[in-house]
Amino acid sequence: MIDTPTQDDQAATTVAAQFPPEPAATPIAASPRTRANRRRAVLAGARLAIVVVLLVTWQLLVNAKVVDPFFWGEPTGVWADLYDWVTVGTSQGSLGDQILVTLEEAVLGFVIGSILGVVCGIALGRVRLLSELFAPFLKAANSIPRIILGSIFTVAFGFGIQSKVILAVVLVFFGVFFNAFQGAREVDRNLVANARLLGASRWQVTRDVVLPSAFTWILASLHISFGFALIGALVGEILGANQGLGLLIRSSQNNFDMDGVLAGMVLVAVIALTAEGLISLLERRLLRWRPPQTHGGAAVE
Amino acid sequence: MAAIELRNVTKKFATADGGTYTAIEDLSLTVEEGQFCAVVGPTGCGKSTTLTLVSGLEQPSRGEALVHGEPVRGIDTSTGFVFQQDAVFPWRSVVDNVAAGPLYRGHSRSEALKLAREWLRRVGLSGFEDRYPHQLSGGMRKRVALAQSLINQPRILLMDEPFSALDVQTRSIMSTELLHLWDQTKPAVVFVTHDLEEAIALADKVVVITAGPGTVKAEFEIDLPRPRVVQEIRFDPRFTRLYEQIWEALRAEVAEAYARTTRLAEVAS
Repeated sequence: MIDTPTQDDQAATTVAAQFPPEPAATPIAASPRTRANRRRAVLAGARLAIVVVLLVTWQLLVNAKVVDPFFWGEPTGVWADLYDWVTVGTSQGSLGDQILVTLEEAVLGFVIGSILGVVCGIALGRVRLLSELFAPFLKAANSIPRIILGSIFTVAFGFGIQSKVILAVVLVFFGVFFNAFQGAREVDRNLVANARLLGASRWQVTRDVVLPSAFTWILASLHISFGFALIGALVGEILGANQGLGLLIRSSQNNFDMDGVLAGMVLVAVIALTAEGLISLLERRLLRWRPPQTHGGAAVE
Repeated sequence: MAAIELRNVTKKFATADGGTYTAIEDLSLTVEEGQFCAVVGPTGCGKSTTLTLVSGLEQPSRGEALVHGEPVRGIDTSTGFVFQQDAVFPWRSVVDNVAAGPLYRGHSRSEALKLAREWLRRVGLSGFEDRYPHQLSGGMRKRVALAQSLINQPRILLMDEPFSALDVQTRSIMSTELLHLWDQTKPAVVFVTHDLEEAIALADKVVVITAGPGTVKAEFEIDLPRPRVVQEIRFDPRFTRLYEQIWEALRAEVAEAYARTTRLAEVAS
């Protein structure tokens, strides 16, 4: 993996050698696109190499008895647990069911929390009286460590999916709310004036000007929010549940099976990354109207 | 009956430090039906404030703003407004931007789109219907703004330094096109600018406003023949005469406004 660039360089030289009549072209033989592709391949290779080096080091340290796998687990053990869960199933039933339950809780919490956050944020951003009335309460509510509410929800709503969804909603709501509120406040006054002069009612201004303009802010918050929804679902499951990845992690902990805990973590990470990708897709679609350089990740990639 | 009448209007704003700032004071102005009136004055003389009073975006602190003999109460949707900065909706395609007015006025979507395409043709933007504003040049965005406003066939058209962000060439081309479009529906126009040349080239009447708080210093009838070609009209000897005459009135105000800003700069430094 590490020697990918050398191989590529060799390939470039070979190609150049096949077309001797154009010696001037050699230094800039690769078009910007090919160069970008090659760069991307090299980066991907380097990243993979980092992961491999970390995992191998970890395993070697365990084998050399420097790191105790009882406390810290080991890559082969994590892999064995994952393989076991996929092929045989978990102690709570099939792995797919556990993932689906957690996913359902997180997605429901995310969707409900986001919608509530957007509606309340825009409403308070648009109606001054509402914001004057409720702002102190929301600030106070935002300052409590809301994760503690999970204990109450578990007792009040039981071991089912409900208590997890509510915890996820509470965690998601505030991030989205404050962004939507700020977004609604920062709307270009000229755009609002223009819409009103064109004949838009107050509601039409909200729908056609405030909402799309606040969407830049809202979408930024959604990236973080799905993470919060997942935390809500997992913590809810750890506090008390019949099913789910959180329970799987919890029972692994109870059995002093750190490999199991880490395997659960890997699964959660995969879910989170997939969701992140989907949200980025949604973002690109909804913010199509924006000039590309302001939301493209091209500079980093 | 005059299309627009401002009777001794004064507009004061509250400032951040608790005081009041008088933008315009005791300003009277009449624009007849179908008349093109240009308002010139130095920076910060309250030219734009005048427009917000006519459009109903702001209420006068004293005096009265009348449109077609009726006092202005709240935003009047029979008034078109073209802003200095871009005020087209960046998240809407060009055709959807232009169709906004008819849609808000209760036309069906297909009707509104048909009308919008027609107006885009008139401002020379056929073929750009599905672009987003950021994909257009500054001049093209101004045309979208013009079409967006004119599609509603306003009886009053207010323009707040609409071409000030454009380069000089684009600007005079746009000015000629504006006159052409204006000629089709003949709304009463108030065109605010700090560019005297632009004002004379476009208007039937040029009003000079004093350095703030703004009030009318002098009015000049512009009797240059129409149709006019803005790019060439400045070579007309009558244009030069008018320019000298109006500049005489404007010069003192510009000097005064400039002296104030430099004094402020000295105090600040």
